[in-house]
Amino acid sequence: MRKIDIVIIGGGPAGLAAAVAAYDSGVDVLILERDEQLGGILNQCIHNGFGLHTFKEELTGPEYAYRYIRQVSHRQIDIRLNTMVMDISPDRVVTAMNREEGMFQIQAKAVILAMGCRERPRGALNIPGYRPAGIFSAGTAQRLVNIEGYMPGKEVVILGSGDIGLIMARRMTLEGAKVKLVAELMPYSGGLKRNIVQCLDDFDIPLRLSHTVVDIEGKEHITAVTIAEVGADRKPIRGTEERYTCDTLLLSCGLIPENELSTAAGVTLSPITGGPVVNESLETDIEGVFACGNVLHVHDLVDYVSEEAAKAGQTAAWYVRGEFSRDRGREIALKAEDGVRYTVPATLDPNRIEDKLTVRFRVGDVYKDAYVSVYFDDARITHKKKRVIAPGEMEQIILTRKQLDEYPDLRTITIKVERE
Amino acid sequence: MYDIIIIGAGVIGCAAARELSKYNAKILVIEKCEDVCAGTSKANSGIVHSGYDAHSGTRKARFNVEGNRMMDKVCEELDVPFQRIGSLTVCTDESQVSALFALKERGERNGVEGLRVLNRDELLKTEPHIGDGVVAALWAPTAGVICPFKLTIAFAENAAVNGVEFLFDAEVKSVFPENGIWHVKTAEQEYTAAAVVNAAGVYADVFHNMVSAHKINITPRRGDYILLDRAAGGYVRHTIFQMPTKLGKGVLVTPTVHGNTIVGPTAVDVEDREATATTAEGIDSVTQKSALSVKGLPVRQVITSFAGLRAHEDGGDFILGEPDDAPGFFDCAGIESPGLTSAPAVGAYIAGKIKEKLQLSEKEDFIPTRKDILDPKKLTIEERNELIKKEPAYGTIVCRCESVTEGEILDAIRRPVGARSLDGVKRRTRAGMGRCQAGFCSPKVMEILRRELGKDLTEITKCGGDSRIVIERTKDGEKDA
Repeated sequence: MRKIDIVIIGGGPAGLAAAVAAYDSGVDVLILERDEQLGGILNQCIHNGFGLHTFKEELTGPEYAYRYIRQVSHRQIDIRLNTMVMDISPDRVVTAMNREEGMFQIQAKAVILAMGCRERPRGALNIPGYRPAGIFSAGTAQRLVNIEGYMPGKEVVILGSGDIGLIMARRMTLEGAKVKLVAELMPYSGGLKRNIVQCLDDFDIPLRLSHTVVDIEGKEHITAVTIAEVGADRKPIRGTEERYTCDTLLLSCGLIPENELSTAAGVTLSPITGGPVVNESLETDIEGVFACGNVLHVHDLVDYVSEEAAKAGQTAAWYVRGEFSRDRGREIALKAEDGVRYTVPATLDPNRIEDKLTVRFRVGDVYKDAYVSVYFDDARITHKKKRVIAPGEMEQIILTRKQLDEYPDLRTITIKVERE
Repeated sequence: MYDIIIIGAGVIGCAAARELSKYNAKILVIEKCEDVCAGTSKANSGIVHSGYDAHSGTRKARFNVEGNRMMDKVCEELDVPFQRIGSLTVCTDESQVSALFALKERGERNGVEGLRVLNRDELLKTEPHIGDGVVAALWAPTAGVICPFKLTIAFAENAAVNGVEFLFDAEVKSVFPENGIWHVKTAEQEYTAAAVVNAAGVYADVFHNMVSAHKINITPRRGDYILLDRAAGGYVRHTIFQMPTKLGKGVLVTPTVHGNTIVGPTAVDVEDREATATTAEGIDSVTQKSALSVKGLPVRQVITSFAGLRAHEDGGDFILGEPDDAPGFFDCAGIESPGLTSAPAVGAYIAGKIKEKLQLSEKEDFIPTRKDILDPKKLTIEERNELIKKEPAYGTIVCRCESVTEGEILDAIRRPVGARSLDGVKRRTRAGMGRCQAGFCSPKVMEILRRELGKDLTEITKCGGDSRIVIERTKDGEKDA
């Protein structure tokens, strides 16, 4: 069996950044990518707005991907395209398949999970009505329009205000379609504020919060949908139904980290994020298996994916080189409370933190003029006022090694939203 | 001129076609949809019933038990997935236990073997998630689960290999006899035959009433279902029915032959024979009712919901054979549950009647077997690599959720009565049936269909007719073209 230091599953933004960082830390890397090119979902994100944090300039998705693809090819990092990973065993044997090599196995010293996420389909939303053609998840429609060059329809209703749905509202409009409205079940949008402004407001596309689709008409092809307002219980309110004719219904109702392979390897997933539970090194509970990007938790900015993935690449390389102290000295739990839904990582060992650690999290509701507080056991360490905190925008705090060293008996770090 | 025209390419029409293809006869199947298995046959529980449910002496009882007994051989010959997992009919009230014994006796009268009433302790050993209120159950070991698509498709493919012709996208407008010959008219053309099989599902009364004075009436009875992810598979091991109570007929919870879990159906009479829209009430109702027999069912892991229409005839029984005022016209009408189970027996029965009527002789070169699309998952790594060396398309995964390769999709398109739409590919290969519900694979399958059928992408449909997936080029796409 072929042996390699690190196998990276997925050649999207996470896999690319992890590969570069791991390679630069002095180990052999192989990227396995199921598509015919590197770059992942960025290839179909032809709008701009990528890279403001990483490169201090606005790039399109393919341009952003290319910056990393170039770094990978300069380093002559080994890649396999059109290659589907079929299985990862708990002892890190990766089984993959492609047309040329057939099915083959590789023994990896470390595996980095970078498979990204998928969209929640109509079936999982229990939308009643017919099941005709013309209903797409927003990302599938984005692929058809931007990669294949075909239009799904001309009269569009969008359910869900996730970022891809918002981007597609603008994209379909620019291609000459009429986007009638975006309905969102929740009382707030799941997307970035800037996308609501640039993709809906600028094109006079109404966003109807607390609304959902309650019926789909059309036996062969969709002809109309009925939307209705929902109450606090998120159930439709009778009498608020409105019918809209349309030939396309796009769904942007959430992304699900794609963890079938992780589960097969025995990795424990968080019920909140749908991604692996990881420690400060982005290592899962299966030794030598690391995770980063949208397979770990869904990000809204690719810049943070790259940053997180570079960290995973580096720590995986340290692991391979034996630079990790295997005996975890202290394990401090990170707890999400009072409006904070989860944290990544979920635990940390201060001895494995160089100088600082980024902790990312999301909140479960919209908070205005509230505080993000960090408690070291019972002591409040930081208390930072934020004008708006929303579920659609990932938040982060930075913990320093110095801070942690000041509390040698620390057991639990709690992050919460406080009104005052 | 044909010897036999079969109206409808559902499981009954295809079963009859396959049985009739054993004889020397010129046979045409006319179907209004673009593929076989596009109506009731595609949207049902996928259950092979044991046969205790139908009243003794009815055609439902007879053909259920006969069909059940034939199923092993049929599925072996035609390579159709079928598992005799057994069924449990549970009751939640001590006062119903006597009714369970009555069901058992009825089943025995119908010829069902191995029926046994289990008490709660015995039940818990075999089904640990049984509902807290369940007191006893009728165990029917001969019940099973089958892939309804594959059974129908296999009948059709085998019939085609044995010379039966299939005409799709052709809705029959009228049927009438003239000088002892049957005329079957579609919008485009008129066909003639010595005999007609009416296997038109929810439309069977329409054709029957065109030719006979003994009117029948079919009411489409809608049933909503939810289907759970394979990750929730194994939650129940047997088909679990509920005894009907004062609150109405229960729902079933069963593993499917592919390892998903299915819950349903409701029963709502509708007027429109195409009204397969699910309702919020229906979906809620099956979810709630399922809790009576199975507790803690992971209903959040739903991947899709759908509705099917049962062809319920007023008389409540199957109507099979020639009406006395329409010789040569063979009804297969009112085929609702246990229609899928009964299909092999109904097909053989109708074929036997027609053989007698038309004095058909047996074919010497009838091919009784059919191989399903090769499933590389069942191969060893070495065998798989041999296959990929010969056919590299088996090295490309197209549907990641169900691990379907391009090789399987090409096979589905290229074989007799092959797939011509996304749904056609889906029913033959399972591409698109997994948890992402075709979000990932549909553009890829569309491209393969386009290439194989020599069409433009705008002509590729979900399920024929007006179900096109993309309508035109984008502005830039236009320039590229």
